[in-house]
Amino acid sequence: MSRAARREAIEGYIGISPWLIGFVLFTAGPMLASLYVSLTDWRMVEAPNWVGLRNYVKIFTDDRDFRRAIGVTFTYVLMALPLQLLLGLGLSLLLNQRVVGIRLFRTFFYIPAVLSGVSVALVWMWLLNPDFGIVNAFLGVFGIEGPGWFWDPDWALPAIVMIGLWRVGGGAIIYLAGLQNISPHLYEAAEIDGAGAFARLRHVTLPMLTPTLFFQLVMELIDAFQAFTAVYVTTGGGPVGATFFYMLYMFRTAFVDFDMAYASALAWIMGMIILGFTALVFKSSALWVFYESEGRG
Amino acid sequence: MAVATSELSSPTRRHWSRHLPAVVSFLVLAVLAVVVIGIPVGWTLSTALKQRHEVIAWPPVYWPPDPQWHNFAEVIERADLLRFGINSLFIAMFTILGRLLSCSIVAFSFARLRFPGRGPLFMLLLSTLMIPNQITLIPQFVLFQTLGWVGTYLPLIVPDFFGSAFFIFLMRQYVMTIPRDLDEAARIDGASTWMVFARIVMPLCIPPLTVVAVLSFLSSWNEFLSPLIYISRYDDYTVQLGLSFLRGKFNVEWNLIMAGSILGVVPCILIFFLAQKHLIGGIASVGLKG
Repeated sequence: MSRAARREAIEGYIGISPWLIGFVLFTAGPMLASLYVSLTDWRMVEAPNWVGLRNYVKIFTDDRDFRRAIGVTFTYVLMALPLQLLLGLGLSLLLNQRVVGIRLFRTFFYIPAVLSGVSVALVWMWLLNPDFGIVNAFLGVFGIEGPGWFWDPDWALPAIVMIGLWRVGGGAIIYLAGLQNISPHLYEAAEIDGAGAFARLRHVTLPMLTPTLFFQLVMELIDAFQAFTAVYVTTGGGPVGATFFYMLYMFRTAFVDFDMAYASALAWIMGMIILGFTALVFKSSALWVFYESEGRG
Repeated sequence: MAVATSELSSPTRRHWSRHLPAVVSFLVLAVLAVVVIGIPVGWTLSTALKQRHEVIAWPPVYWPPDPQWHNFAEVIERADLLRFGINSLFIAMFTILGRLLSCSIVAFSFARLRFPGRGPLFMLLLSTLMIPNQITLIPQFVLFQTLGWVGTYLPLIVPDFFGSAFFIFLMRQYVMTIPRDLDEAARIDGASTWMVFARIVMPLCIPPLTVVAVLSFLSSWNEFLSPLIYISRYDDYTVQLGLSFLRGKFNVEWNLIMAGSILGVVPCILIFFLAQKHLIGGIASVGLKG
């Protein structure tokens, strides 16, 4: 290595050192530490004792809260994720049209995504108030008696899904960027071949958008499994455990009961679930994600 | 050819079929904007301006005849929102500063300097985007507890001085688009690497730096879980913590709860409108191709 190259390499390492040190200190180190802690009985008071897989065994065989939290979280992900993707995509297709005031529309639908989760959750609690909320008032106009939403075990989870859907404009902006990267030539070519609007959507827009869809699917999957703020503010896990999200269970175990060992085991299990699904999405991507550079697929 | 003839023969129909998708899109967007955004926002604002008895009136009072603008002052005073606002701003300023400094230098180094392992390290950086926060949450707490930082703002600020994978990625993509000729010209004139960074590359990076600053402000201002875990003294609360206690504090005084919620998002909306152009473009540019 020449002197100049060596110098550049040293400068390069210095340049990235903030991130590298931060990675070791705040990500890699803590991850290893929590793996170790999850194999102990540590509660932050006395020194940890090694207990092997005891926490994990207990979680999987003798923990009703865990089963409840997993059930609630999976139900939420199954409800929220497809709706978020579909509505986000639909909205972005609309926002990609050349109509009057389109810039204003884009801004308008994006705003909910920049608002704080706490404020949005409070507002939705009031909109969905069973007695005085405007949503039930609106339903009443059609003679429908609206449900109790956050106060009803059957409707609390859908209400939390709705909070997420209200902010779907954040995802739509990312799809929109993907849509605008699609070359107009492709549409022209499709049109010359006699493709109608629906065929263009199916054979040009959607395939070209799959990399964006893939990115968004991964990011929203990770977020959905970690839902916390909206639940904490609105229901706190109730009514009767209907919204007892996994993150809430972990939060309580760690920061209310201070059972750090058990909470770390819970964290690793959810971490593995998320990584597993992410890996699945990555594996499946060969089947449905189309990259232009690969040539004509 | 048949299509072409029929279009030629009836110009009006052609006109309509051309514009139909746009008209339908406009109508759908307008209806959605009113129903999904307009009505909830309007209802929130109208509630915030109501008197107590109007809040629980049935049928609902859609717009209070005598708007109570002092509700905002009342919630600021009773929920200490001014103090919490200053706390949140203080934290946000440091978060922004930390991210701008660290992300720009790391991004510059990944984009411009050659060193062994650069490729794998960059892949490592990208893969950290996919690590769920859950796994690091508890051990980070233990780490900060050991350092005696729990109950201070340090856990909310210090990690930001060590970069953020997302923003490093965003900035690196941008630096890659800046022609190297400029660097090389400066180097021939004897500029060091860090002078190239500070004098040549950074001044051209105003757009991504703006995006980093704005998004960092929003994420810091809106952050809920970390303050909830790390801040214990009431006087140190952030706006989000203060807001989360509104319901316990005001019980069924939804007019005040709504006024507080509105106040809590005012800075986000202001910043958003100020930086809107950079922001949407910047988020969009986050190298989805990378």
